[in-house]
Amino acid sequence: MSKRNLTGAEIIWECIAKEGIDVVFGYPGGTILPAYDALDKYRDKIHHVLVRHEQGATHMADGYARASGKVGVAIATSGPGATNMITGMGTAMMDSVPIVCITGQVSSAVIGSDAFQEIDITGAAIPVTKHNYLVLDIKDLAETIKEAFHVARSGRPGPVLVDIPKDIQNQSLDFIYPEREITLPGLVKPQGADELQVKRFIDLIGAAERPIILAGHGIILSGATQAVLDLANLAHIPIGTTLLGIGGVPASHPLVLGMMGMHGETWVNQAIQESDLLIACGMRFDDRVTGKLQTYSPNSKKIHIEIDPSEINKNIHVDLPIHGDLKTVLNQILPLVSKKGNKSWLSKIETWRKDSHEKDIINQETDMLMGAHVVRKIWEGTDGNALVVTDVGQHQMLEAQYYEHEEPRTLLTSGGLGTMGFSLPAGIGASFHEKDREIWVIVGDGSFQMTMTELGTAVQENRNINIAIINNGYLGMVRQWQEMFYEARYVETPILSPDYVKLAAAYGIEAFRVESLGEVIPTMRKAQQQSGPSLIEFVVEQHDMVYPMVPAGADLHEMIERPPNKINDTVDMLNKESNK
Amino acid sequence: MKQTLITLVEDKPGVLNRIASLFRRRNYNIDSLVVGKSETPGVSRMTIMTNEEDQRKRGNIYFNLLNLVNVIAVKDVSNLECVTREFILIKIQSGPDQLNEVKAVVNNHGARIVDLGKETVIIEATEREKEIDALVKALTPFNITEIMRTGKIAMRRGKTHKISSDKINAPAGEINWQPEQIHTYHN
Repeated sequence: MSKRNLTGAEIIWECIAKEGIDVVFGYPGGTILPAYDALDKYRDKIHHVLVRHEQGATHMADGYARASGKVGVAIATSGPGATNMITGMGTAMMDSVPIVCITGQVSSAVIGSDAFQEIDITGAAIPVTKHNYLVLDIKDLAETIKEAFHVARSGRPGPVLVDIPKDIQNQSLDFIYPEREITLPGLVKPQGADELQVKRFIDLIGAAERPIILAGHGIILSGATQAVLDLANLAHIPIGTTLLGIGGVPASHPLVLGMMGMHGETWVNQAIQESDLLIACGMRFDDRVTGKLQTYSPNSKKIHIEIDPSEINKNIHVDLPIHGDLKTVLNQILPLVSKKGNKSWLSKIETWRKDSHEKDIINQETDMLMGAHVVRKIWEGTDGNALVVTDVGQHQMLEAQYYEHEEPRTLLTSGGLGTMGFSLPAGIGASFHEKDREIWVIVGDGSFQMTMTELGTAVQENRNINIAIINNGYLGMVRQWQEMFYEARYVETPILSPDYVKLAAAYGIEAFRVESLGEVIPTMRKAQQQSGPSLIEFVVEQHDMVYPMVPAGADLHEMIERPPNKINDTVDMLNKESNK
Repeated sequence: MKQTLITLVEDKPGVLNRIASLFRRRNYNIDSLVVGKSETPGVSRMTIMTNEEDQRKRGNIYFNLLNLVNVIAVKDVSNLECVTREFILIKIQSGPDQLNEVKAVVNNHGARIVDLGKETVIIEATEREKEIDALVKALTPFNITEIMRTGKIAMRRGKTHKISSDKINAPAGEINWQPEQIHTYHN
């Protein structure tokens, strides 16, 4: 390829386009201006989405990456632009999402002088990025950006930041794109299972009477859906999923039990506690999954297949650790697995499941509009086929419980960091990949108010997303903890909302308010017909809680279930309050 | 026994910060950390010692260190035969009448006097931690005013762990320095 004289600013876009990225999310500012000026020459290759806040840009890149499996790109200026990205990078870090953040930096000559809008972002971002770079020589720029994309997507994916001083963007050189493959000795290579490990794996499955597969985000990242299902089908092993594992295996599959953990299904947690073999697949035994570590699944042998070796033996000590790519390892194992029944174990789990179903609020008659019913109706009204993006809190757990996902990458949610404000920008980002599937952003009134500024972006970009606000007038999950563990002192959890229908109208968004169960589906139909964004506010029962729940630090099987006739109790309480 | 990690890192700005940041945020306790140029240009060699006793936690430390992109290779030599040394400078402020006694202590401990001032003496020693501690103890009666210790450096006896400069950018498999197996840390 012939040499061309390019500026650093132009090289940035050249490199992004070379990665096959056609959309980026960003916000201009002083030190990134040269890059933005050069963007005009790359309009045919790259679409730039102007966000309203740089946190939004990172969540959009994140949503795009989670939906597509590609690397998401966010761009911001130095100083506050860069620090506003910290939350988004932390979110992507905790959930292993590949994003590349590009920030402008003050000119290299004044770095360290506390210049206007200077911040040491490579220093500040160390704990929230997989790796980061400060480019101090234009000769390194292309190689660095290429390396950043490579690091972001390799092994356990994660966020990478590239900080580029303004003078580097303005300089120019005779440019040839570095075509050679990036090889970094510093990246850890998955070891895979050796013969002995494979043999032990097979022996453990053979000896187990009560096995269970714990399916995490790794299934989706590794593309291991079929391998996990093959293992489950062959040896009749039931599968519980983590929050981020949802969609990794189809919810309708008879061996797929549902979500585990703090707000997981009782029968899944019960099965984990009584199991004699856990096969942990691409998950990391987060505290929201294990409950009290000392009493977690006390009688089981534990196999842990994980691509990040630092996750193995971190929280739970395992008997057979395997450092490797999930799909590769399972495909090593599968030819040797023999058929097996596990009948009595499966029927035992089925009994627990039936028992719980009867207590489930979804199976109880009520005139009130409950969050759980709204989520269930959205599931019905989308034929279980939507790409759902949730925020963080009660509605998030209800979504995980009542929306049954059949395919990978159809639920995007902030798990590890629990970032309120994630859903609207992540939904916007996802919409740039997902052109066919309808997108629903399910969000609480508290979460929505954290990043609702991105409504402007949704309108400017005419994104076809449906926003469902589950409004209970509280920071619901915090209120739930106050009710359970702080003697119902609701300190600073009641929260005022604007009139969402009017707010949406101000942006030119078609919006609806729903206050009864019967209106849910008909209103959804109206929203679904909109070509741009639409918004529905669901005014739900204020005092409802998410059940079941394992209190923080309790044994996993010590689940608090919904008290019988709880709905009526709530009505009584509300009546008393209004009579006061 | 302490965990000893011999670490090869890229000689780039901020690498020490990344390693320190890892130990801080994971709440790992560094006993000592020494870094300097290695036999290969562009590569620094570190000796990191931790106070961690638990095998599995040692594994966590090992693999977290290995996960850093600037870290090229790590060898856990805790259970291998190594030469470990520490360097110390000690300043003593004492009268001329005590000089002979100081000289005797210095000779007994294989140390050397490297500066003889009017009122002060600087002593240096290169030894294992135990011997350095003994030297300090023996000199304590002579009014020690300053101590500067380097921390420990280690080198495995026998087998060589090096990386040639043409391999810095080579695929991991081509480097003749395989990472520890995960089950090494399995008691």
